[in-house]
Amino acid sequence: MFYREAGDFKTSYVADNQTFPIAFDRYRYYVVLAVAIGVVPFMLNEYFASAVLIPFLIWSIIAIGLNILTGYCGQVSLGTGGFMAVGAYASYKLMTAFPDLNIFFVILASGGVTAGVGLLFGLPSLRIKGFYLAVATLAAQFFLVWLFNRVGWFYNYSASGQINAPERSVFGFNVTGALAAPEAKYLFCLAFVILLGIVARNLTRGKLGRSWMAIRDMDIAAEIIGVDPLKAKLSAFAISSFFVGVGGALFFAVYLGAVEVGEAFGINKSFLALFMIIIGGLGSIFGSFAGAAFIVLMPVLLKNVMVGGLGWPTDIAAHFEFVILGGLIIFFLIVEPHGLAALWRLAKEKLRLWPFPH
Amino acid sequence: MDGAAYVTPDGRSIGDVVMEMRNITLRFGGVTAIRDISFDIREGEIRAIIGPNGAGKSSMLNVINGFYHPQEGEVWFRGAKRGPMKPHAIARQGIARTFQNIALFSGMSTLDNIMTGRFTKMKSGLLAQAIWKGRAEREEVENREIVEKVIDFLEIQAIRKTPVGRLPYGLQKRVELGRALAAEPKLLLLDEPMAGMNVEEKEDMSRFILDVNDEFGTTIALIEHDMGVVMDISDRVVVMDYGAKIGDGTPDEVRNSQAVIDAYLGVAHD
Ligand SMILES: Nc1ncnc2c1ncn2[C@@H]1O[C@H](COP(=O)(O)OP(=O)(O)OP(=O)(O)O)[C@@H](O)[C@H]1O
Ligand SMILES: [Mg+2]
Repeated sequence: MFYREAGDFKTSYVADNQTFPIAFDRYRYYVVLAVAIGVVPFMLNEYFASAVLIPFLIWSIIAIGLNILTGYCGQVSLGTGGFMAVGAYASYKLMTAFPDLNIFFVILASGGVTAGVGLLFGLPSLRIKGFYLAVATLAAQFFLVWLFNRVGWFYNYSASGQINAPERSVFGFNVTGALAAPEAKYLFCLAFVILLGIVARNLTRGKLGRSWMAIRDMDIAAEIIGVDPLKAKLSAFAISSFFVGVGGALFFAVYLGAVEVGEAFGINKSFLALFMIIIGGLGSIFGSFAGAAFIVLMPVLLKNVMVGGLGWPTDIAAHFEFVILGGLIIFFLIVEPHGLAALWRLAKEKLRLWPFPH
Repeated sequence: MDGAAYVTPDGRSIGDVVMEMRNITLRFGGVTAIRDISFDIREGEIRAIIGPNGAGKSSMLNVINGFYHPQEGEVWFRGAKRGPMKPHAIARQGIARTFQNIALFSGMSTLDNIMTGRFTKMKSGLLAQAIWKGRAEREEVENREIVEKVIDFLEIQAIRKTPVGRLPYGLQKRVELGRALAAEPKLLLLDEPMAGMNVEEKEDMSRFILDVNDEFGTTIALIEHDMGVVMDISDRVVVMDYGAKIGDGTPDEVRNSQAVIDAYLGVAHD
């Protein structure tokens, strides 16, 4: 009975509106934050940071972004990889054009550029829905990758066609380039995760979030209570793309450092993001984190177990990874469309009643 | 428009014309759903629209709230002719409705469904919403207070946080009414609010409709098949059949009209 809400009465609507209405949840959130900021950076090793933590943080932002569009507003997108590329190339162009601009603002501005592009590619959603919209976003994915490959201006006409992140620092610590320490990269990404996580939570619990969900659940009813479908859908596309663009910029500038567009931002990235929100939970911020953690961690764990533990060849282990991923997707689509977040909620509901389930 | 107040036979005085349909004709390809119909709705009244299945009643509500655009005729609202408008813009003018088939937001709780009904009243910008301070939070609380009043009024406190998909049919209809009421509409359109309900639920719903009309002075136009209910709660009735208007008047007048009796008894059409 340690996890409960008894005796935790809400005396105002503000209190009832909290992100974590149960005190225990709230404390756990603060503890997680404190550990993430105050403890993790001191026990980081290079491998864990680059194989797990940094990709997890970046993918969380991307998953939240896609979840806003698909989970909250109900518009399926297969263009996530393409929008990540927009964020990445925007940050590259901004870094090279304005060397003195602080990298923090470069990343935010890259999100802004991606929001604009997302808005543009969101226009078809006003006419088409579901499967056809998915195909339209798929076209965006291929078009964007093709564009960044073909037009030299985007990669500053470099001979290799690649883009490389110049060295940039925050408060004197390098966060991009070869000299950046894993701790600095981690904290830099964490700052964006915290900032954008709070923004996403606030947007989804308020007026805008309700207008997205209204469009998702019943668009004609949304219209008769005054929601303009045009504004709701386009704002979802823009804000979602902002998140994905920030994620893409971090993916390039902080995580990879050098990027070849087709390889780094291909269609498989779009699917990966979609898998994250399906497994984590559509329409849930927590689910976006859970899904990102799952997809990032699973290959690392499997590899350690199968290659390290059982001594299997790496290629078999890699195939096995796909089998497990595919099985899980089918499981969640059929059994629990609200993903890990719903399982988590279910566990909490059980705990709330434990040990007296009746 | 005539400004004279209208007095119903039972002595209720109802106000000026708020909505006027003039010679509305609506066609879908070869089908004429509404054929040259004119009628008005007066401030503060309960106006029923009745007629057999397929008569064009729902289509009429869809014309009023902008889902359908009639090929001919004019819609006048509060003394002004209305141009072609989108449903969300019409909602902002103070017209709310419920649907014949429940159209709730299935993924949201009762509270969120009704809060969404406050959409047009919320004005905070993107930035305020993103940081959830100042206007956004204040607005959320102010609107929540109004929504709680609606919840109390409809006696659905216990299901506040329940996802609407889990609610029984009768309660879903009530939540949908709540969502429309939350908009504090001037004109409320109800498309068969009591369809599929048992007697007890119908009584509850009738009481809510009368109370809304009485306490908030909301003008109501409702479609209903249950004649008993229509005769009991409405001030004036429009009767439609095969897209045409065949009767208009008080419940008593309509009940005694030969054309209406024929339509309901199924006299062969020529
Ligand atoms: N969107 C549409 N496209 C084509 N025909 C339509 C459309 N909407 C309505 N109709 C036709 O218009 C006519 C009137 O339909 P409407 O739904 O308005 O009837 P109703 O009076 O509400 O009937 P009910 O009592 O069954 O609800 C019907 O013949 C219907 O088939
Ligand atoms: Mg109907």
